[in-house]
Amino acid sequence: MAHTEQLVVDRQGRGLWPSASDACFEQARPTADRAAREALKGQIAKLERELSGLVAHTFPHISPHDQAGELLSGPRLLSLGDLERVRDRLALRVGEVQGEVGERAALERRSRELLRRMKLEPGRYKCVRVPVADLGDGHCGVWEVRPRLGLIGMLAGWWQVKLSSGCP
Amino acid sequence: MSEQPLRGWCEREVQQELPGLGLMSVTVELDGSRSLTRASPPAVRSRLRELSNRWRGARAVHVRQEPIPAAYRVFFRQIGLDPDIARTPIEAAVLERMIDGGFLSEGLLADVLTIALIDTAVPVWALDADQVNGPLGIRVSRAQERLGRSAEGPGLGAGRLVVADAECPLAILFGQLGPGHEPSSSTQRLTLFAVQVAGVPALHAEETLWACRSALVGEG
Repeated sequence: MAHTEQLVVDRQGRGLWPSASDACFEQARPTADRAAREALKGQIAKLERELSGLVAHTFPHISPHDQAGELLSGPRLLSLGDLERVRDRLALRVGEVQGEVGERAALERRSRELLRRMKLEPGRYKCVRVPVADLGDGHCGVWEVRPRLGLIGMLAGWWQVKLSSGCP
Repeated sequence: MSEQPLRGWCEREVQQELPGLGLMSVTVELDGSRSLTRASPPAVRSRLRELSNRWRGARAVHVRQEPIPAAYRVFFRQIGLDPDIARTPIEAAVLERMIDGGFLSEGLLADVLTIALIDTAVPVWALDADQVNGPLGIRVSRAQERLGRSAEGPGLGAGRLVVADAECPLAILFGQLGPGHEPSSSTQRLTLFAVQVAGVPALHAEETLWACRSALVGEG
């Protein structure tokens, strides 16, 4: 007899009265189920706080919107499976946002380095532009290497880094 | 119903699954000469302006991290709502303030509810008390139930969290009110209710109801 067949037979062959071990199992199941749900809810709370922190500290560069988020039909008591899905989706979203935060930090680092080099040798970075927003300052404006005195500066090779406000 | 804030009932299944969830309600008898939809008195409009000045962009961005709004965000997740799609009441109000440039006056009752929400971060809703039968509480909707007593009320389906009286669901939790249960300009008795979740002190829920009551009966 195969192992799986034996399991089926055992369950079907159960007597009318539950054994002591069955009773213990039935008693323990709701408690275990509740503990699992509580643990999941705790994890959801922790992930939500983490996500909120990331979104708030990187505003406005990272959208809180979860494109793949599920829209359930109104508030309800979630099953264990639903709670697991919410937790998994939230964990995935936190991971995605952390990735975006990392990319953003790398962009800001690169932009600051580029600006530093533009200021040292403007002639090597003719007409290069670095938006202030890419430096993580959160303001409008653009750093740009421009010729001093317009066409004359362009012909004479007089370049300088200027900050245009760019704000409306 | 009482003029003192009362703790509402909560179905056992809901209470076990969502400990900390609670409802507080209060009944307010209005002065017959005051319409709820009329323009707010100068004191209320001035308070809205003051709150508009207090809530600027930087604070609006970080509101999701403040303890009480954060508690509502967590609760939304735990009941299957995404707070970035179905916003929590405080975040919805603050976002609206950012878009409109201020908390705009929309009539006495709406303004009073907004002020209470912004002050405490605990949301309050108002029902026509004459359309409420018995104490309010929170339960799960049953199959084929409708929202409100009216036959025009939308079907709810089984398993949704609702605010109900002894007879039927009157509102979806954190959602729309049943048709016919919203206060109208001629409403003389209001039932105000606040929904408290885990992490929100009962004091805040009581305070929000007291603030509304005081403003509506003209004591504040």
